[in-house]
Amino acid sequence: MIYDFFTNLFNNQIIGIIISAALPLLLFILPFVLVAVLMERKVSAHMQDRLGPMRVGYHGILQTVADLLKLLQKEDIVADVNDKPLFNLAPVIVFAGSYAAFAAIPFTGAYIGSNVDLGIIYIIAATGLVVAGILMSGWASNNKYTLLGAMRSAAQIISYEIPTILVVLSLIMITGTMNLETLSQMQTGYFWNWMILGGPGTGLDKFLFIPFTVIGFLVIYISTLAEVNRTPFDIPEAESELVSGYHTEYSGMKFSIFFLAEYANMFAVSAIVATLFFGGYQSPFGYLGNTLGAHWLIPIEQFFWFTVKGVFFVFVQMWLRWTLPRLRVDQLMAVCWKYLIPIAFVNLIIIGLITVL
Amino acid sequence: MKEYLNNIYSALFTIFVGMKVTFKHLFVPSVTIQYPDVKLDLPERERNRLYVNMDDCIGCDQCARACPVNCIEIETVKSLPEEDLGKTSNGKKKALWVTKFDIDIAKCCYCQLCVFPCPTECIYMTDVYEFSEFERNNLVYDFVTLTPDERVEKKINFEKFEAEKAAQKAAAAEAAAKAKAEKKEDNKE
Amino acid sequence: MALKTEEMILNMGPQHPSTHGVLRLELQLEGELIVNIIPHIGYLHRCFEKHAEAMTYPQVIPYTDRMDYLASMYNEFGYALAVEKLAGIEVPERVEYIRVIMGELQRIASHLVAIGTYGADIGAFTPFLFCFRDREKILSLFEMTCGARLLYNYIWIGGVSHDLHPDFLRLTKEFIDYFRPKIKELNDLLSYNKIFIERTANVGILPLDVAINYGITGPMLRASGMKWDLRKDDPYSVYDKFDYDIPVGDGRMGTVGDSWDRYFVRVLEMEESLKIIEQAIANIPEGDVTSAIPKRVKPPVGQVYSRVENPRGELGYFIMSNGTPNPLRIKVRGPSFVNLAVINELCKNLLVADVITILGSIDIVLGEVDR
Repeated sequence: MIYDFFTNLFNNQIIGIIISAALPLLLFILPFVLVAVLMERKVSAHMQDRLGPMRVGYHGILQTVADLLKLLQKEDIVADVNDKPLFNLAPVIVFAGSYAAFAAIPFTGAYIGSNVDLGIIYIIAATGLVVAGILMSGWASNNKYTLLGAMRSAAQIISYEIPTILVVLSLIMITGTMNLETLSQMQTGYFWNWMILGGPGTGLDKFLFIPFTVIGFLVIYISTLAEVNRTPFDIPEAESELVSGYHTEYSGMKFSIFFLAEYANMFAVSAIVATLFFGGYQSPFGYLGNTLGAHWLIPIEQFFWFTVKGVFFVFVQMWLRWTLPRLRVDQLMAVCWKYLIPIAFVNLIIIGLITVL
Repeated sequence: MKEYLNNIYSALFTIFVGMKVTFKHLFVPSVTIQYPDVKLDLPERERNRLYVNMDDCIGCDQCARACPVNCIEIETVKSLPEEDLGKTSNGKKKALWVTKFDIDIAKCCYCQLCVFPCPTECIYMTDVYEFSEFERNNLVYDFVTLTPDERVEKKINFEKFEAEKAAQKAAAAEAAAKAKAEKKEDNKE
Repeated sequence: MALKTEEMILNMGPQHPSTHGVLRLELQLEGELIVNIIPHIGYLHRCFEKHAEAMTYPQVIPYTDRMDYLASMYNEFGYALAVEKLAGIEVPERVEYIRVIMGELQRIASHLVAIGTYGADIGAFTPFLFCFRDREKILSLFEMTCGARLLYNYIWIGGVSHDLHPDFLRLTKEFIDYFRPKIKELNDLLSYNKIFIERTANVGILPLDVAINYGITGPMLRASGMKWDLRKDDPYSVYDKFDYDIPVGDGRMGTVGDSWDRYFVRVLEMEESLKIIEQAIANIPEGDVTSAIPKRVKPPVGQVYSRVENPRGELGYFIMSNGTPNPLRIKVRGPSFVNLAVINELCKNLLVADVITILGSIDIVLGEVDR
């Protein structure tokens, strides 16, 4: 709908495509990231019985703006021995990889960046681009420890994509489509039509699915937590044995690009989990627009529900960060290969059997 | 196999228990005090900056001797017998001019060992704890109430008095020796 | 032809967020495994023992505070006991009870720091703040009594400097009631967390015979299985009048003597300290606390070695006197100094990431290591 609006405005398909793809980025994701940084600080502070930022703006609301201004005016240090093209390109690739995922996520019923049939597979491929960016930044810093940290981070992200894909496959088997828009539309109605409660349809297989979709949800939540490098899987960010990981050598705006990319990535994976299992932009009870008869209200309501679900899962990610200690590198790998992958595999087989029978 | 399932169960269970604890704390009011706007009430025995009430100081040097870091420097001058320096608040008569009483508050370790030996309780710890300065020399506190000229004057007075006394003593000794010599001569004759 | 491999030397330098002070650890690595660790200390050496020879006996007390700055009451306690033994001074019973209460409160505060920073090293940031919030309450109790929060100059030779504030006993009782559920909350959040157990169990196992050979004391020795506590085995002050238990590591999450045991012994010790404080508050006699403080401390010629149970181990003072108001020689046996020596044994063939775990569980304070 929005795509049609812009195409008609400019009478040119390409400009219409570009603007309608860039719109969520500028209007929604970037402001969300600003809010997310502040939310993390305030949430962590209140969980720890303290107050968090209080002095900039009312109760610290403008803190992120102040941080951004500070980072903008910092000196951009590029050492002589660094590999300049790679060094400068790495933040851009990480950023592009995180933001490209938003093109295939349906924000409301009336808007999706690009209605590609390969939906979810495209998203997983695009977030894989982040690995290349991290390796580039680790190598170009010309530092033994960042290289080690970057390699570990790359290994972590690549390993944890496997359980993600296995769970997504099982979901595709239940619904038969890879397009996220169709998947969201399948979950209309009330909340018992959501995937985590077995999906639409009536009959016995809906109730048989329920334990396995719950397990699938847990597995995918944990593996996407590892993909965005959050605690308990934050070896690359925190001490990394001795130093600070793959973004040690970056300063100023490049550093802030890494951080923006991380928070956007967090929202992207929360949105994906919400869309796959919790109904995307559908509301759990009917629509106000429907009862009032104002049909233009519905997309706005859907947007509201989508944001609520995305923000809730981001909140749970932050909640986990401040509760749990960090895993050691070999234990991290053990969790992935010995626990998550077998469970996801068995899940896949059982769901497949139920679908066939 | 049993251990495998046990691991998974205990991991999930303890994670949820931990999350419950943290979630409860979201609703507990925070314990932070926003310092420059709100200040804590300190207890009365609190050990902060030192203060010396010079009207009561008798110059006994006990506090300087008790200090473990030697941050108090005291110099005194004996007063002349006809001068009246007044009394301290508990009735003692003062007999020494205190010409130097420096406390280097940057060296002070706030241990309170100087407060106890003072016989007139004139040195004590106040409740001031915000006394940072830009220059380090401003942290040497000088408590003496005499002007620099007066301090030099007291010293000179005392030295003059001593010199006079010494001269008198010498004259008296000479006179005594003379008288003795004359007496001896008388006795001899 | 065999490949020649070289050992790599890695420096965990004096400035590091996880080494609890200025300590330099030189790690010799073979690939990822550690072959040798050499600790380099001395960055915080302040010549306490030499300086004490120029002070009089009461003037040394602010200096003893600053050795183990997280457990200052115990440093003063040990020193005061040593000088009283040498000079033959008897202190009133109220003074003994006050010293025990202050010592045990200080033990809880010190263990809270150890537990909090250990959690922060492992990556759990929240328990750190909870521990410090509880520690603030203890420090405000101390502030009410003697005026300072960290370096007290409270326990003097022959007594204590001020009597207890009239509200002290009531507020301490309130603190005990407030703190008991907090230990349970800490256990829920950190001690029994599966990830924490995975990080610390079976890491850095200290066998009992190695511990005794190295002269380890304190919670580290108790975690390796031996029930040895100077408060029960060599009682000083009035500790023999109280009823309490000595927690010992039993390897329930791994093997006996691993890092989890060392950590958990500290948590259990906090609980026992609460018991001692309750009994002391209930039975404290009346009296005058400053009556036995001598005007000038001039012990007779002789020497004495006296020891107390620091939160970190056995703190010993050896004092030689030659009849003057200044001590001739004071030598301090700091428990952290002795405990740090065992880190080489503990870290053989472990990964570098485990060094931080083990160092946190030994719980050193550099002020005591270097003096």
